[in-house]
Amino acid sequence: MPRVALTREAADVLRRLLADHGDLMFHQSGGCCDGSAPMCYPAGEFRTGSSDVHLGDLAVDSSVVPVWMSAAQFEYWSHTHLTIDVVPGRGSGFSLEAPLGMRFLVRSRLLDEVEL
Amino acid sequence: MGKYAAPGQPGSVVTYRDRYDHFIGGEHVPPAKGEYFANPTPVTGEEFTEIARGTAEDVDRALDAAHGAARAWGRTSPADRANVLNKVADRIEANLEALAVAETWENGKPIRETLAADLPLAVDHFRYFAGVIRAQEGGISQIDEDLVAYHFQEPLGVVGQIIPWNFPLLMAVWKLAPALAAGNAVVLKPAEQTPASIHVLMDLIADLLPPGVVNVVNGFGVEAGKPLASSRRVAKVAFTGETTTGRLIMQYASENIIPVTLELGGKSPNLFFSDVAAQRDAFYDKALEGFTMFALNQGEVCTCPSRALIQSEIYDQFLGDALERTRAIKQGNPLDTETMIGAQASNDQLEKILSYIDIGKQEGARVLTGGERADLGGELSGGYYVTPTVFEGHNKMRIFQEEIFGPVVAVTSFSDYDDALKTANDTLYGLGAGVWSRDGSVAYRAGRDIQAGRVWVNNYHAYPAHAAFGGYKQSGIGRENHRVMLDHYQQTKNLLVSYSPNALGFF
Repeated sequence: MPRVALTREAADVLRRLLADHGDLMFHQSGGCCDGSAPMCYPAGEFRTGSSDVHLGDLAVDSSVVPVWMSAAQFEYWSHTHLTIDVVPGRGSGFSLEAPLGMRFLVRSRLLDEVEL
Repeated sequence: MGKYAAPGQPGSVVTYRDRYDHFIGGEHVPPAKGEYFANPTPVTGEEFTEIARGTAEDVDRALDAAHGAARAWGRTSPADRANVLNKVADRIEANLEALAVAETWENGKPIRETLAADLPLAVDHFRYFAGVIRAQEGGISQIDEDLVAYHFQEPLGVVGQIIPWNFPLLMAVWKLAPALAAGNAVVLKPAEQTPASIHVLMDLIADLLPPGVVNVVNGFGVEAGKPLASSRRVAKVAFTGETTTGRLIMQYASENIIPVTLELGGKSPNLFFSDVAAQRDAFYDKALEGFTMFALNQGEVCTCPSRALIQSEIYDQFLGDALERTRAIKQGNPLDTETMIGAQASNDQLEKILSYIDIGKQEGARVLTGGERADLGGELSGGYYVTPTVFEGHNKMRIFQEEIFGPVVAVTSFSDYDDALKTANDTLYGLGAGVWSRDGSVAYRAGRDIQAGRVWVNNYHAYPAHAAFGGYKQSGIGRENHRVMLDHYQQTKNLLVSYSPNALGFF
């Protein structure tokens, strides 16, 4: 069952970023300030490892954008489905969308019994 | 008491310029690519200045300036550096009201906090590090009769610092003071949400610092922060922010083999043992205020006491009184001295908080008070306000596990000491915690058993210099706000000196 999805608005922003930066990836951040939010990087910019979980892939036209999260954080998130959305804003660590005046955001819903 | 005029309005104690360039080598330097970005105030949502949109070229220029200044600055005497830091402190103190208004307009926090906490703490922080650098001593180890090890502290050289938006001035000062005291030159990247108030400060203190010792490059994280954090020309990176960016900065640092200090947030438990309610006295009142501290700085504090754990015997009564205390929080114009909670720092922060309130409700947590965006009317309608929110639920819910960075506390109960500590430590983070008890032994044991770098016992949210601050677990690396931070900005040089005239006899 897919754990991650994308709103149409977020897909539009991803299209712009794919055109500018090539392949992309997401890593969901924990913690402070601009955290608790998905960070978008050029593919491979952020090194994932055995402490990360691959939540799924987002399809944007012919591109595939993988979504990652730290395994420790996943233990507390595993019962929820995540939809990556976008809102006007600017703070985002080193996430690629900030200069566009946009900020990716996660909207969540509980997975139902079938999905679990 | 009353309401301060907004910056630039008649009667205001401070005025922002219409545009800010970078501050490099003691001068205002336009961005290499000539672009600027608009900076809104969260108080009304309206733009009030524009800021240089820095890129790698600007970072390089700032690093040139810093490298040009680092050697001479690192060779000044501790007394000279301490004098500079003391003068900076005096200058901030003399302009405290103006800086407080500038900071409130920039960040949205209530003026009573900037006047009573952010700026006085910044003043004291410079004075503290002026003191400790004078008192720092190297070491001498006599290895044997003829062999002596001398240990000197030397500055790292040029360091990069990336500043968060929740305390734009104070967090900059937390990083600048120890770095400068230790003799380093700095390239500092403010948060793009709060890029302007640091320039009000730099305008005030620029004449006190040799050119190039402090350089400020503004811009977005990906365009200006990344070139700084990944530069081969910085000897250390200090960052306060979120975990994924923290990991990325460590990855960059691993490429250059340089140290980092990281402060990455928390989900701090605030424990109320049953004896707190043994009497309705001043201490009980203090504990209720301790609960309500989740609303300080709109909850935009890495140590926000965002999980309140209350012992079952007093749960209903204490929570009832705490809710009354929470509902008494005055929300309003941050420039009004009566206002207790102001605006969230940005629109995206507001949206994120609302998304967490949504998932909290979906998970079955109950909203006991608040839980919505506040429309304060008039010009404040465009600002980013959230009502102080109390959720009731259990510790496996996401609102108990993730840092919301807003005025939201998640409350649950515990049965006994072991249950309290199990819940308190069931978190990825370990930055702050609170323990409230009239029993000194319980408070002491709980304070030691909680896996967090700062445990407030019978108080909360105090940040005096000389009390080490930093995280366990995924909350980061390093200890700020204390003499030990000097170690994070210094090399240890060992001279191993032989006073023997004789060969070893090996060759």
